[in-house]
Amino acid sequence: MSTATPLRRSLITPTTLVLVALVVIAFYFLGVRFLFGLGAVANINSGYPWGIWVVVDVIIGTAFGCGGFAMALLVYIFNRGQYHPLMRPALLSGLFGYTLGGFAVIFDLGRYWHAYNLLLPWYIQPNSVMLEVALCVMAYVVVLWIEFAPAFLERLGLTGIKRVLDRWMFVFAALGVLLPTMHQSSLGSMLLVMGYKLSPLWFTLWLPALFVISALAMGYAVVMFEATVVSKTFSLPSEHALISKLSLVVGCITVGWLVLRWVDLFARDAVPLAFVGSVSVFLFWVENALFLFAALVFVTPAGRASPRASLLAAVALLAGGSLYRLDAYLVGYQPLSNWSYFPSVPELMVSIGVISLEILLYLVFIKTLPVLHGDAAHR
Amino acid sequence: MNAVDRRDFLRGAGFATAAAALPTEASAGIARPPKEISPQAVGMLYDSTLCIGCKACVAACKAANNMPPDIPQHLTDWNEDTWDTPEDLSGRTLNVIKVYRNGTAEQKDHEINGFAFVKRHCLHCVDPSCVSVCPVSAMQKDEVTGIVTHDPDRCIGCRYCVYGCPFGVPQFDFNNPLGKIAKCQFCSHLQKKGQIPACCDVCPTGASLFGPVKEIEQEIERRLTAAPGTPHEFPRGKIGENRPPNAATIPHYVKGIYGEHEAGGTQVRYLAGIPFPKLGLPTLGRQSPASLSEGMQHTLYHWLIAPVVAFLGFAFLARRNMAQHADDEAPKS
Ligand code: SF4
Ligand code: SF4
Ligand code: SF4
Repeated sequence: MSTATPLRRSLITPTTLVLVALVVIAFYFLGVRFLFGLGAVANINSGYPWGIWVVVDVIIGTAFGCGGFAMALLVYIFNRGQYHPLMRPALLSGLFGYTLGGFAVIFDLGRYWHAYNLLLPWYIQPNSVMLEVALCVMAYVVVLWIEFAPAFLERLGLTGIKRVLDRWMFVFAALGVLLPTMHQSSLGSMLLVMGYKLSPLWFTLWLPALFVISALAMGYAVVMFEATVVSKTFSLPSEHALISKLSLVVGCITVGWLVLRWVDLFARDAVPLAFVGSVSVFLFWVENALFLFAALVFVTPAGRASPRASLLAAVALLAGGSLYRLDAYLVGYQPLSNWSYFPSVPELMVSIGVISLEILLYLVFIKTLPVLHGDAAHR
Repeated sequence: MNAVDRRDFLRGAGFATAAAALPTEASAGIARPPKEISPQAVGMLYDSTLCIGCKACVAACKAANNMPPDIPQHLTDWNEDTWDTPEDLSGRTLNVIKVYRNGTAEQKDHEINGFAFVKRHCLHCVDPSCVSVCPVSAMQKDEVTGIVTHDPDRCIGCRYCVYGCPFGVPQFDFNNPLGKIAKCQFCSHLQKKGQIPACCDVCPTGASLFGPVKEIEQEIERRLTAAPGTPHEFPRGKIGENRPPNAATIPHYVKGIYGEHEAGGTQVRYLAGIPFPKLGLPTLGRQSPASLSEGMQHTLYHWLIAPVVAFLGFAFLARRNMAQHADDEAPKS
């Protein structure tokens, strides 16, 4: 097994320049937001007080950041050491998914200058699901940076510190599994208080389980997607052998999710609602079809063997998991009066900018730090 | 303008009725017990049949709470920041009068070819969602009076209360870089000085009536048990206060008292002459949403036992497994 090394590639490429441009545009609109208020940039309103900055950047964004969580569970808890080469890239995407999710929270908060109140024991309100999410995500961002720290330490040659850190890494590995389980399920629990405003197609007591299971599935899908795209782009040795083994794990999780989703829908007699013509019902079916497609590819040997089908299925899973979150938070949600919401262009540009920043930092890190395996030939 | 109509956007028919019940049976084991109303709770009765739509309460509320005038976008070309004309609750408006209109709108409190008024503001829930969701205790419910207040110095502006309130009450001022949550706090600042809420104080007909919830309930009982047409002295301002009452006759009420059971019950109650949903008051079940979400959190995080046990288990496994494959990993340069 080869070791992780920085990719010797130029930092300035057409791709990175486009990404930089998108980030600059996003910061321009963020400037407008801070000068003139949320309403000057975003279409959020009293009926839809949460828009894509919450749902895409935080709720979907952190699910995309679950690669580190998913791999830590497999490698450290279920002792599948053979997947270790996928660990660092997974942690890296988690690092940015979560760090930028936290950043998005700050600019979405209407009274961000009070954000530190979340840390004052005499202000916090322990019954609030959001408090649990906020504290747990903050803690996990720290854990992710610590889990990823060996890459910096190796690069800087600080082997002494690295040895000490390695000895205690099991603590962070455990937290790296526990904390995402907690807050990813809580992202589902956040909707439990919405019972009267949420379509029964999404509202269920199983929301926390559905959220955490789909986050896990999305975490693996991100790892598969990343490994395939990165090895293609930089013509590194294919990781497909490893990925196809991982596929079965993801397949089983996806099947489990679908079973829970549908048994629950039948148990609550909510299925008839899935046959009413409306946009939300249409999206409900798209969401389930994407999960089903991914499950079918991943549980069949032929599907797993084909790199192309696996990549498509990973993408389907990411799209399905994202749509599930979007539906649960925005589409299946019914405001009390005449309100509608569709993100404005500046609002979209901010979210696109955040995603661009994520990809940009990912590229910079894999080119400067030992993250990927198999680049030895290019040294 | 039919301000209380609903647009069915992105939704199928049948949704609203289906959503009117939380999965109570299934949640019986999960939900925590509902909160009980305080014996000294204060409340309000808004009787839509008495309301004449004068909006004196809207103006008084603005003055009492130092809220700025609210001018809808489509009126700004001729109404320059002077005439307060709110159409709904907003970051600038804590209390609003809305109108239901149908057909020729000839008769008051008739569903067909009639009209009716409704007043919207915080209902001061017995088991408020806004208090339950707020991460920084910016929303608080007084244990004695039951008034739900908001403290902008704590608020982080996350707007979970806006999203979560089943009645659509808290509003965030999106057009201000230093925006705040706006919500009726039952004029608690006036009540502390022994005064009554401004809206009840100025109401000429007694449509908005202040008083202890117990006495409010008795007054509701009197109105609902009397036959339509019988003379009745409708108290004004505060129940039991020696203001001259509004002497009129009992109208035709629709069945039910809005707020008695909705979402776990509220301290503001409504009587009306047309069905409550027509007035834009949401159809809600009896369970308080907070009891369900808090019940789930308490089940999963009881004394943090589950997370701590999980952590110890994970740490044990991770340590063992890491030691095992520390050897398969080539030493790093
Ligand atoms: S009506 Fe809404 S804002 Fe008022 S107490 Fe109830 S949940 Fe809170
Ligand atoms: S917006 Fe303010 S009051 Fe509302 S839940 Fe968030 S912190 Fe609490
Ligand atoms: S109680 Fe006070 S704040 Fe609430 S609606 Fe009446 S006047 Fe406005």
